[in-house]
Amino acid sequence: MTTMIKPPRRRRIGRKRAEAAAAAPEQVDVDTITPESAPIDIAPNDPLLAYLQGDAVDIEALDLDSPALRELKAAGVKLAVPLVSQGELIGVLNLGPRLSEQEYSSDDRKLLDDLAAQAAPALRIGQLVREQEAEAAMRQRFEQELEVAHLIQQHFLPKVLPELPGWQIEAYYRPAREVGGDFYDVIPLSDGRVGFVVGDVTDKGVPAALVMSATRSLLRASAQRLIEPGLVLERLNEQMCPDMPEKMFVTCLYGVLDPQTGHLRFANAGHDVPYVKTAHGIGELRARGMPLGLMPGMSYEEKEMTLAPGDRVLLHSDGIAEAHDPDRDMFGFPRLMQTMADARPDQNLIQHVLDVLEQFVGSSAEQEDDITMVSLERAAVDSGADETGDARVLAEFELESVAGNERAAIEQVEAAVDGLGLERARLENLKTAVGEATMNAMEHGNEYRAGRPVRIRVLRGKAAVRVQVTDQGEVVDIPDPETPDLEAKLDGRQKPRGWGMFLIEKLVDETHVTGEGGGHTLELVVHLEGRQA
Amino acid sequence: MTVHELEVTVRDHDGVAVIDLAGDVNSAAENALDVGYEEAAAVGGDVALNFTDVDYINSTGIALIVGLLARARKNGVGVRAFGLSEHYRGIFEITRLADFMTITDDEDGAMGTAERNSDA
Repeated sequence: MTTMIKPPRRRRIGRKRAEAAAAAPEQVDVDTITPESAPIDIAPNDPLLAYLQGDAVDIEALDLDSPALRELKAAGVKLAVPLVSQGELIGVLNLGPRLSEQEYSSDDRKLLDDLAAQAAPALRIGQLVREQEAEAAMRQRFEQELEVAHLIQQHFLPKVLPELPGWQIEAYYRPAREVGGDFYDVIPLSDGRVGFVVGDVTDKGVPAALVMSATRSLLRASAQRLIEPGLVLERLNEQMCPDMPEKMFVTCLYGVLDPQTGHLRFANAGHDVPYVKTAHGIGELRARGMPLGLMPGMSYEEKEMTLAPGDRVLLHSDGIAEAHDPDRDMFGFPRLMQTMADARPDQNLIQHVLDVLEQFVGSSAEQEDDITMVSLERAAVDSGADETGDARVLAEFELESVAGNERAAIEQVEAAVDGLGLERARLENLKTAVGEATMNAMEHGNEYRAGRPVRIRVLRGKAAVRVQVTDQGEVVDIPDPETPDLEAKLDGRQKPRGWGMFLIEKLVDETHVTGEGGGHTLELVVHLEGRQA
Repeated sequence: MTVHELEVTVRDHDGVAVIDLAGDVNSAAENALDVGYEEAAAVGGDVALNFTDVDYINSTGIALIVGLLARARKNGVGVRAFGLSEHYRGIFEITRLADFMTITDDEDGAMGTAERNSDA
């Protein structure tokens, strides 16, 4: 007598699946056991199942429209004894005709029922053990795959970020347990510029990690040859399209920063829009473009802006905006934008976002998707030894470009620095410098045009006051001012004018001119300690 | 914000044409300074700029003073200045205007300079 039972793959009520084996002779005689035939599957909707819930069933006596019954009859099964454990059919003991050719007696049936009642739990335990072994093997395979995906991912993320004087660059990457396809990169370019990348491969695990590594390598290669971010993405798309696995694509934001001027050019292949925070407030860095690997022949819009001291940019992946709170509400892009807007200048931006995000999702929740962020921040100070990242905004205001408004700038700056203990002479020097810088911005940058205000920001660092005066001029380069020569002016060899920048440089401790294209910022620095006359 | 357009009056102080300036020395002061200089030139002697009532001088104002100084030099007229705040006196030094005009604290000093100059 044998049983041939395969463990049901699912044990859901109503979807039971039992397999029957061909009958064996009732006498336990190894030599006479007939070879087992293939197990018989009983479909979940087979009417025979209704009969296999209790005592032994006389197969020949049944007349049902049942494929399983037909198979059993064809295999010569006379008696089917259900193996039921905890109310669930886990197998059937099938018996052929008795060798004596007599019918099974009621004693036989009782014996078989008792046997089945005892065998069923033992069989069930056997099944469970096998199931668990199979599950463990699968889990192990899954874990191994995760491990491989992690390794690939980590191998292709930058180990260290380049250090740029006057800039703070930070990156954060935390993979979800089931690794997503996020990646980021910071690429030093030959001319001192730096490329920034944040991307996401649709899909997870090893396939995503492989596509990510290929994207990253191709991008690095193109970035060195082509400076325009739009062209880099265009080339990348052409290279990726032919080999991209079906239903996969890559979103990617690529920007090129000139650390000297703060000029940032960027293009976007369908990735989450980065945010920028300036003295004007928070904004998006939008540029149109299709994800990579979907369609060849795509072009990518290119945009640019100039980051002034104190400005911040955040590149991010959808793992942040698409995180959920315990009520399944999404964190969302507006909240991310607001979080960035709320970050104080002295706060680490990435840490601030992580803190707000953790508060939102709850600390015990498992992370749903990879979380990736890259932040670049132009230090409010030009790497001065005194106070990187620790500046406090004392005042921030705008003035229309109208002659005479420099007096308002002077008064507001004077009020803002009141109480810092700036000695009288140094305060007067700063005031004059602020007036001159504002006049320059109104006249040369904004050409006294209506609707082009001058923006002024007063910052107090640990050891210096900084006044940033920003125009909205489109001038690409500010020519170096001619050093005024009074004798030449008196002789008519130089025009009488041209004192502004000269005075500014003489009256404050440091000046920094930054920006091109989108406006210039002139930063005036007066040290609070180590005072110079 | 208080903006004071420059007002200029000229008087003869012992043969020195004192130009009393009151208000801001900025781009709006050009005409007043021109007129003031014309009147002062008519006096015939040195010119003394009185900055006692000047609170604000910007780079355009400096340029106007440079222009005035250039005209005076062309005409062989000596230029003196007095009544400058410490801050603007510093600026006259930075710009080297102080090298081309005699700067004193007050009017008496300016007159004294004249005596010393004429003595010399």
